[in-house]
Amino acid sequence: MLHIVNKSPTERKSLDTCLRIAAPGTILLIEDAVYAATRGTEVEARVKAAMQRFRICALLPDLEARAVADRVIEGVATVDYGGFVDLVAEHRNCQSWL
Amino acid sequence: MNLGILVNEGPYQHQAADSAYLFCKAALAKGHQIHRVFFYHDGVNNSTRLTEPPQDDRNIVARWSKLAQDHNVDLVVCVAAALRRGIRDDNLAPGFRISGLGQLVESGIQADRLVVFGD
Amino acid sequence: MSEESGTVKKFMFVNRTAPYGTVYALESLEVVLISAAFEQDVSLVFIEDGVWQLKKGQQTKGIETKNFSPTYRALEGYDVEKLYVERESLAARGLTEDDLLVDVTVLAAEELGKLMDEQDVVLSF
Repeated sequence: MLHIVNKSPTERKSLDTCLRIAAPGTILLIEDAVYAATRGTEVEARVKAAMQRFRICALLPDLEARAVADRVIEGVATVDYGGFVDLVAEHRNCQSWL
Repeated sequence: MNLGILVNEGPYQHQAADSAYLFCKAALAKGHQIHRVFFYHDGVNNSTRLTEPPQDDRNIVARWSKLAQDHNVDLVVCVAAALRRGIRDDNLAPGFRISGLGQLVESGIQADRLVVFGD
Repeated sequence: MSEESGTVKKFMFVNRTAPYGTVYALESLEVVLISAAFEQDVSLVFIEDGVWQLKKGQQTKGIETKNFSPTYRALEGYDVEKLYVERESLAARGLTEDDLLVDVTVLAAEELGKLMDEQDVVLSF
């Protein structure tokens, strides 16, 4: 399953809730959630730990807009909107953790 | 693949409408079909032709209208949510139509995927 | 109402917001009722602040807003009987099943995750 998260992990609990509940699959970080994909934040350890169970991707245009494309955690894949579409098509269902 | 889209937030306030639009554009470029874009909650505000953004800003409403025109995308605005917020047939932008929530459920049934954008 | 007779998909509604502060809980319920009319396989999940939607004893007169909580009890009449609450979300808010206005199935996070995976359409507001 594809889990789409769009909230900053330092402001809202969406990502933590997703990590607690979601069965192994793919997580795509978009909008303000892309900060979760960056190095040095207080959530970095949790994101790295989650990489054992999830493939984690982040939307590149959202990273670039927020000036953090150069500090993406190693192992987090970046995708453009076309890649977002591919992820939706690859998984049989998706859930948006708004 | 046939993709259904749900937009739950209004334009300019939240990025959801932009993300949904860019997703639709990318999906169409890849040869997928957009089964329907359904606008619910404050998302219905994406459909008013009274929107007048500053010249240097994107026109979110016109962008949807163009998508409908160029790719025959069905843009459906929830009637109950729309009437609550002053959106009616007479201020609807081109390409949009007002209908019931059944259109959202139908999109969930008929489309291969339903992707939700919101706050 | 059922225009798609024959096609029954698994629809899950994920409720994560408290009632009244925002409109999501109410408008989510409206989609649930329509999905039931389309004879789909509907389940409702309450996690995080969504569990507050089910708190017994809501009195909305003072905020001049419609109390929609009785609708949860009416869902059974629409054949919507699968209501799930995550155990941890309940406990984190000092709530037990006795505080809820309707019968629910309490699930651990992992069980809920599996259930979510099995769905065809997951709607969250």
